[in-house]
Amino acid sequence: MELSGALESAHSARQELESAVVRFAGDSGDGMQLTGGRFTLAAALAGNDLATFPDFPAEIRAPAGTTFGVSAYQINFGARVIKTAGDMVDLLIAMNPAALKVNLDDVRSGGLVIVDAGAFTDRNLRKAGYDEDPRDDGSLSGYRFVEIDMSQRTLDAVKDSGLSKKEALRCKNMWALGLTYWLFDRDRQTTVDWLDQKFRSRPEVAAGNIAALNAGHAFGETTEMSGASSAFIVRPAEIAPGLYRNVTGTDALAWGLVAGAALAELKLVFCSYPITPASGILHALAGLKDYGVTTFQAEDEIAAVCAAIGASYAGAIGITSSSGPGMSLKTEGIDLAIATELPLVVVNSQRAGPSTGMPTKTEQADLYQAVFGRHGDSALVVLAARSPADCYEAAIASVRLATKFMTPVILLSDNYIANASEPWNLPDANALPRFPVEFHKNPDGFHPFARDEATLARPWAIPGTPGLEHRIGGLERDADSGNISSDPENHQRMTELRAAKIAGIANDIPEQTVELGADRGSLVVVGWGSTYGPISRAVSTLLNEGVAVSHVHLRHIWPLPRNLGELLGRFDRVLVPEMNAGQLLTLLRSEYLVPAEGLSKVSGKPFMIAEIEAAIRARLES
Amino acid sequence: MNVAVPLAAPSPKDYASDQEVRWCPGCGDYAILKAVERTLAEVRAVPEKTVFVSGIGCAARFPYYLATYGFHGIHGRAPAIATGIKLANPDLDVWVVCGDGDGLSIGGNHLLHALRRNVDLQILLFNNEIYGLTKGQYSPTSRRGTRSPSTPMGSLESPVSAAAFALGSGARFVARSVDTLQQHLPAVLKRAYANRGASFVEIFQNCIVYNDGVFGAFTERSVAADAQIHVEHGAPLIFGRERDKGLRLKPGALELEVVPLGEGGMTEADVLVHDEANRALAAMLAALEPPTHPVALGVLYCDPAPSYDRQVAERVADAVTRAAEGGAQGDLNALLRGGHTWRVED
Repeated sequence: MELSGALESAHSARQELESAVVRFAGDSGDGMQLTGGRFTLAAALAGNDLATFPDFPAEIRAPAGTTFGVSAYQINFGARVIKTAGDMVDLLIAMNPAALKVNLDDVRSGGLVIVDAGAFTDRNLRKAGYDEDPRDDGSLSGYRFVEIDMSQRTLDAVKDSGLSKKEALRCKNMWALGLTYWLFDRDRQTTVDWLDQKFRSRPEVAAGNIAALNAGHAFGETTEMSGASSAFIVRPAEIAPGLYRNVTGTDALAWGLVAGAALAELKLVFCSYPITPASGILHALAGLKDYGVTTFQAEDEIAAVCAAIGASYAGAIGITSSSGPGMSLKTEGIDLAIATELPLVVVNSQRAGPSTGMPTKTEQADLYQAVFGRHGDSALVVLAARSPADCYEAAIASVRLATKFMTPVILLSDNYIANASEPWNLPDANALPRFPVEFHKNPDGFHPFARDEATLARPWAIPGTPGLEHRIGGLERDADSGNISSDPENHQRMTELRAAKIAGIANDIPEQTVELGADRGSLVVVGWGSTYGPISRAVSTLLNEGVAVSHVHLRHIWPLPRNLGELLGRFDRVLVPEMNAGQLLTLLRSEYLVPAEGLSKVSGKPFMIAEIEAAIRARLES
Repeated sequence: MNVAVPLAAPSPKDYASDQEVRWCPGCGDYAILKAVERTLAEVRAVPEKTVFVSGIGCAARFPYYLATYGFHGIHGRAPAIATGIKLANPDLDVWVVCGDGDGLSIGGNHLLHALRRNVDLQILLFNNEIYGLTKGQYSPTSRRGTRSPSTPMGSLESPVSAAAFALGSGARFVARSVDTLQQHLPAVLKRAYANRGASFVEIFQNCIVYNDGVFGAFTERSVAADAQIHVEHGAPLIFGRERDKGLRLKPGALELEVVPLGEGGMTEADVLVHDEANRALAAMLAALEPPTHPVALGVLYCDPAPSYDRQVAERVADAVTRAAEGGAQGDLNALLRGGHTWRVED
C-alpha cells in the first residue's frame, strides 16, 4: 500500500485533537529516545501540556531487528491538562518490523501507523518473528496504515552531505521526526539549532540530520500521503503562567537532594552503586560538584549505605540510592542508622521484582520492604514521590525529616517516575523554608542519646567538636547515659522510644487532604507514588460525568498522616490501585481496620486510565 | 566519660575512656590497646579530631575503650563507614580496627577497596586466626587443618595472607607487628599514622581462649629472635639472636633465602637491603613463613600516593571556587533553570 490520495496540507484542513498519544519505536540504536525528547520539547514550546514515558530494553544494544531490542518513547500531549503518558497510542512510528510487532497492540483501533518500508526486508521480518509480512496478511486492517521508504528517502536527502551510507542511515530518525512535526504542525527551528549545537564539531553530521529533518517535513507538506491520514492540530493547553522546563524524575530528585542539603546547610555526600533504574541520580549528582556535592561510587550496595552513614556521622547529610535487590543489601546498614539514630536518606527507584525481575520495567512492590523489611523493631520514615516533578519536593521533605528527627528516611520512586518527564512550573528555590541543622556543641551534661523533648531526636554531635568525644554503635545503649547496655528494661524503653520518635512525626507532617471530589461519600480511591496520574485523570473524568468519587494520594507512607484513618472512615468504600499485589492495601487495613479493596497491576507497565475508571465504575455499580 | 587532654605532653592514659574493658583476661587486645594509647600520646593526637571505627568481633569493641570519637559499626563494614567519614571531613584522623574474620571474610570486599582507593585511614587488622566472639570457629586466616566447632575434622581451606592481600589490593603502606611487641608495635603505628593514605597494619594477636599460642613458632621468647626479622628501610635484612642471619635473593631463583653470615665467606654485603618502595620485595617478605624463614615484621611496603579523600575534596573545592568566580555558586534557581525553559504567559 504505497501512498494513495492527496495529503491535505492546508492548516484549516487539519483535524483538531484535544490530545494525542505518539509513540516512536525502533531498534535501541535508532535514536528513538532522542527523537521523542525533541518532539516533547516542540510540544512544550507549542504550549501543550504533556507527559512522556520511555520504554527501553534491558539490553544496551540487543541484536538489531529483534523484538527484545525495541526501544520506544511515548508522549501524550494536549490542549488540556495531561496526567499520564496516555493509555492507547494514536500515532505509532515504527522504524522496523520488530518495532511494529512489539507496539501494535497498544495502538487504538483506527490509529495511525507509519512504518519505514525500507526496513521491511525478509531478513528483518524473520528477525521480528513474522511468518508472513503483516502488510499483506490483513493484520493491519484495523488501523490507518502508511508505509514510506524512510531509509531510501533519508539517503536521498543527505546524499550531498558527505556522510557514509551507514552514517546517512542514522539520520532516518530525524526524517521521521520531520514528518511527525509536519503531522502536528510543529516548528523545526529549535531542533535545527539543537542539531547544530550537538554536532558542532562535525558540521557534516549536523547538516545531514537537518537535511533529513527537513526532507521528512517536506514529504508531509508536498507529497501525496494518504488522505486517510490527514494532519492534526493540537492547540495550546490552559497552563498556569510561569517559567517551565521539562524534567524527569531522576533529575528532579537529584536537584531536590541538592536543595534539601542547602536548606539544611549541610554538605551532601551521595554514596551509591550502579543499578537500573537508580543510577541516573548518581550521574546527575556527579555533575554537580560546583554545588559542593560529593559523590562516591562505592564497591557495593552495602558500602554505599555504610559510607553514607559514615558521612552523616561526620556531619554531612549522607544519602544513598538503589533499586529493589540493592535495597535488600542495604537493610543491615539502614538498621545501623536506626540504632545509632543518624540521619540518612535512602532513595529506592523501584522496579519489577523479585530478584533481578524486569530491571527496566516499573512496579511499586517495595512498600512492605520499606515499611517493614528489616530485622528488629526498626521503624523509619517512608515517603513516596507521585510524579517526575514531585520528586523535587519529596527529596527536600526527606532531607528535612531525616535531619530534624535523626532518622533514616526511605524515599520511594519507581522506574516510571525516574524516566518519565513532564513540564515543570519552576519553583523559586530561594523561597523555600530553610531548616538549618545546628550541631550540638555544649559539653555540659552532654550524652549522645539525650533526647529533645518535642521531637525525641538525639543530639547530632559530630567528630571535630571538643569535649563531645563519645562512642556510638549498633549495640543497644542505655537510654540515660548512652553507654552500651543489655539491661532488659532499658531495651524495652529504647525500643519504645525509637518507635515513639517515628510515630510522633505524624504530628510534624501535613494532614492528609483530598485531591479530588468530596471529603466523604461512597467511594474514595487511595493511591501512592506514580499511580497519581492515572487515578487523578480517571477520577476527574468521572467527576465531570457527575459520578461521586474522591481521590486521596499519599506522600507519607510511614508514619501515615494523623487524620488518615478518620478521613477514610467517612467513605463507604475504599479502593486502592497499586502496581503490586496489594501492599498499601494491607497497611491501610491493618492500621485502620477499613474494608479497603485492592486493584492490582503487576505487568511492568503503569496503570491505564481506563483500567482505573472501569474499576471505579464496577465498584459503584455493584 | 570525656577526658580533657592537657595541651602539653599527653600521657597514654589520657586516651583511655571510662569504660570497663571487657576482653578475656590475657587477651592480646589489651596489649594492642596499650600500644595504641601510647601511640596516640606520642603523636599528640587531638581527641576530638580522632575517630576509631570498627566492625564486629572482639577487636571491634576497641573504640569503646578510647576517649576519642568512636563508631562501632557492623560486621566487616568499618572501612566503608570510615570512607564516608573521610568524604564528609578529610581533616579527621580516622583509624579502622578489624579482625581477620571481619576484615578478610565478611568485609574482604570493603577492605580491598579502601586500600586500592588509598583512603587516608590507619587500618589495624587484629589477626588471631580464629573467630573469637562467636566461640571459636576457623577463620579465613586459619591454617589448613584447624580443628574448630565448625570444622571438627580440620579445615580444608587454604588461609589468606593479610599482608599479601593488602599488597594485591594496591595498598601503598603495608606493615606488620605483634601484640606483645610493645616497642615495635607503637613504632609501626606511628609510621602508619604518618602516612597520608590507607595504612594497613596486620597485628598478630593471641586469642588466649580459642587459639592460644598459634603464633608461638615465631613469638615465643625462646625463638622470637631467630624467627622474626624486623625490617627497616635502608638497613640490611639481618636477623637472629646473634644477628648472624641474612636474607638474600637465591641465585637463579626469584625467592628469598636465609644465609648464615660469617660462614662460607657470606658477609653483610651479600644481604639484601630493605627498600620500602619495592613492591616485589614487599611481596616476597610478606610470604616468608617459619620454619624455613623468619616472619617479616615492620614496614614491609611504603610508597605514598595522594589519598582518595583528599583528591575528592580538592575536586569539589575547585569546582566550587570556579563557580564562585563565575558568581553563581550555589544558585539553586540556576540549577533548576539550566536546561531548555519556556515561559507561559498569563
